[in-house]
Amino acid sequence: MSGPSDYQPSNPALKWLERRLPIIGLVHSSFVAYPTPRNLNYWWTFGAILSMMLAVQILTGVILAMHYTPHADLAFKSVELIVRDVNYGWLLRNMHACGASMFFFAVYIHMFRGLYYGSYKEPREVLWILGVIIYLLMMATGFMGYVLPWGQMSFWGATVITNLFSAVPYFGESIVTLLWGGYSVGNPTLNRFFSLHYLLPFVIAGVVVLHVWALHVAGQNNPAGVEPKTEKDTVPFTPYATIKDLFGVSCFLIFYAWFIFYMPNYLGDADNYIPANPGVTPAHIVPEWYYLPFYAILRSIPNKLAGVVAMFSAIIILCFLPWLDSARTRSTKYRPLAKQFFWIFVVVCVLLGYLGSQPPEGVYVIAGRILTVCYFAYFLIVLPLLSRIETPKPVPNSIADDVLAKSGKAIASVVAVLVVAGGLLVGGAQSAKAEDHGDAPPAQKWSFSGWKGTFDRGALQRGLKVYKEVCANCHGLSYVAFRNLADPGGPGYSVAQASAFASDYKIKDLNDAGETFERPGRAADYFPSPFPNEQAAAAANGGKAPPDLSLMTKARSYKRGFPWFLLDFFSQYQEQGPDYVNAILIGFEDKAPAGVTIPEGTYYNKYYPGHAIKMPKPLNDGQVTYDDGSPTTVAQYAHDVTTFLMWTAEPHMEARKRLGLQVFVFLILFAGLMYFTKKKVWANAH
Amino acid sequence: MNPDAATIAAGAPIEVDLTPVAEGQDIKVFWRGKPIYISHRTKKQIEEAQKVPLSSLPDPQADSARVKAGHEQWLVVIGICTHLGCIPIAHEGNYDGFFCPCHGSQYDSSGRIRQGPAPANLPVPPYTFVSDTKIQIG
Repeated sequence: MSGPSDYQPSNPALKWLERRLPIIGLVHSSFVAYPTPRNLNYWWTFGAILSMMLAVQILTGVILAMHYTPHADLAFKSVELIVRDVNYGWLLRNMHACGASMFFFAVYIHMFRGLYYGSYKEPREVLWILGVIIYLLMMATGFMGYVLPWGQMSFWGATVITNLFSAVPYFGESIVTLLWGGYSVGNPTLNRFFSLHYLLPFVIAGVVVLHVWALHVAGQNNPAGVEPKTEKDTVPFTPYATIKDLFGVSCFLIFYAWFIFYMPNYLGDADNYIPANPGVTPAHIVPEWYYLPFYAILRSIPNKLAGVVAMFSAIIILCFLPWLDSARTRSTKYRPLAKQFFWIFVVVCVLLGYLGSQPPEGVYVIAGRILTVCYFAYFLIVLPLLSRIETPKPVPNSIADDVLAKSGKAIASVVAVLVVAGGLLVGGAQSAKAEDHGDAPPAQKWSFSGWKGTFDRGALQRGLKVYKEVCANCHGLSYVAFRNLADPGGPGYSVAQASAFASDYKIKDLNDAGETFERPGRAADYFPSPFPNEQAAAAANGGKAPPDLSLMTKARSYKRGFPWFLLDFFSQYQEQGPDYVNAILIGFEDKAPAGVTIPEGTYYNKYYPGHAIKMPKPLNDGQVTYDDGSPTTVAQYAHDVTTFLMWTAEPHMEARKRLGLQVFVFLILFAGLMYFTKKKVWANAH
Repeated sequence: MNPDAATIAAGAPIEVDLTPVAEGQDIKVFWRGKPIYISHRTKKQIEEAQKVPLSSLPDPQADSARVKAGHEQWLVVIGICTHLGCIPIAHEGNYDGFFCPCHGSQYDSSGRIRQGPAPANLPVPPYTFVSDTKIQIG
């Protein structure tokens, strides 16, 4: 895209094509011969990383859409069936869900890089503004995608975010009705969000083409912030930038794979494993981590309209950055004052993100207000002022000079800052939940924890027995089919054993006359629920329906707190759910401790939030007989049934961890190969 | 993209029988996908709601304007927090009314905002008394 290509194909067929559609020449001039500054550092590889992430999201998304049902009654179940029944469905879903977070993570680095090196300055204003548009489209797409699984956070996030538009004077209510397609968030809302979530990525792809076009017209900025002058300042895109980008991409893939295979729920919210319920609001509605700074700005302003305006301004203000910062020196490297303020700004953004995840009370509100002022002050006061009063250091004469004077800057420390910051953000999102939980559940030793964890077959079989004889009297297990008992990575039964197990159950079916009759269960049938519907379940259990247990160990969590959530990222600890479920089962006490009164019809449980649980103590010593000689104690029952419920919540966990190991070995080898290839290619360019 | 005919038809008025709701109790019914609280207020709750000086309210509205004359014991409000749309919990908070668990807004026994970030009172849906013990919402 930088002028007519000098590309001359030698193959006659290509010559023929080139004279009619010079597409190969276009690709050649844009991605092969295109001159790229010699001094680009690794922060510049995030452009390639983002292109890859967009492609990954579109690819996985299109396949997921083939299996997804956009209906309020079926969406949650269809997502669960993707994970359980579709070939590698769990992988697709993890890639897509974690991919959204990785996409935002990369875009934030890309944006901060642009901010630091002044990539928005003349002549790259349009390039920058196109970037802000892409970012806005990404936010809309990400939000609508989060609604599609139709869990509790999906539903209530959709409610809160669509209600933001009700703050618009005069037209607010009409806009909200238009978004909902009804009188509240419901099936029409889910349908249109699905349609838009499918459309917007292609719009993003279109704007990305414009973004890359504008980039190739203006040329890439570089760490020195001086334009290339001679041939010595640049290297051809291929192989130099290509191989460097490939190395960057493969390192990023390692980071991404860590989430896909080992921490798929680290960035998510346990509440989203509870199906949407318009009648119950979760205690803390927290958006995904990448929206948290803006959510904090929204909440720190006591007036509803002003809060919404401030939140949107916080993004729109980026469009005006090229004119707010009029300093002639591009790169912050040569601006000692701007450099300090830049890092303060980064900290402000991270802290805002942390506050966005905390309940809006007390000191958090005050801190949120101060940081909101700081955020806007950076753009409206600091940058305009600095560009007038600051004396920059001399910039190098040319890029070639910059390369020669290069000194190894402390990139490691920057990486460390970013990792800690990112961890703080995501961890904050997790810890925002359930402030008023009881005591922290004691951490248990689980056979399935860690990178090579597998289910203990004996525990699964015993847990199934405990479920069948005790839990199944009140709780359903509706996402698990009898055939699953014979699946690899499960309790280890044979197909015949699973069928025999199924035939013990009576399943309701319809005969030719349309009458209901009961027949023995088949392997393809699902565990029958003990009650015909939720109302009957609630009526029989003192007004509160016993929840389905299929996803219980993923739908419950407890606050980990600082610094645990940071360590969890490295230790792969993600057994909050099993620990909690186990704790509830062993946490019953005959009577409440002195000074604590609990309502009539509830039971005291040490680990239940609020301590008053509707479920009576379900397990007693000796209640279930074990054939394998395991102790028949409450502790053993609880441990076994929790292991079993972890398997029902994630039947493909063993496959996930096994494939993860293979992918890691491959990626590490691949990244190493790319690194040495890159060194070789660049050997004479440095 | 406005609501389709089926959605509008499903939003037709509904009738609710009030006889099972004892004094001090409340029920939640769904109309147009929105939760509607119908509270049978106690004498204390009614008195509190009527006695509050209007000047002290963020969104001043007399209790008499929010209930039907002659049926002061019945409060009918849409249970959607006017801040960001969560569902407040009945019989919680410091004002004998509703408490929103999301961002801490508190409403009194007349459903009026008393404390927290919500800008307005809980809206009263259109309803009429068909008889002394039955209302029609919508």
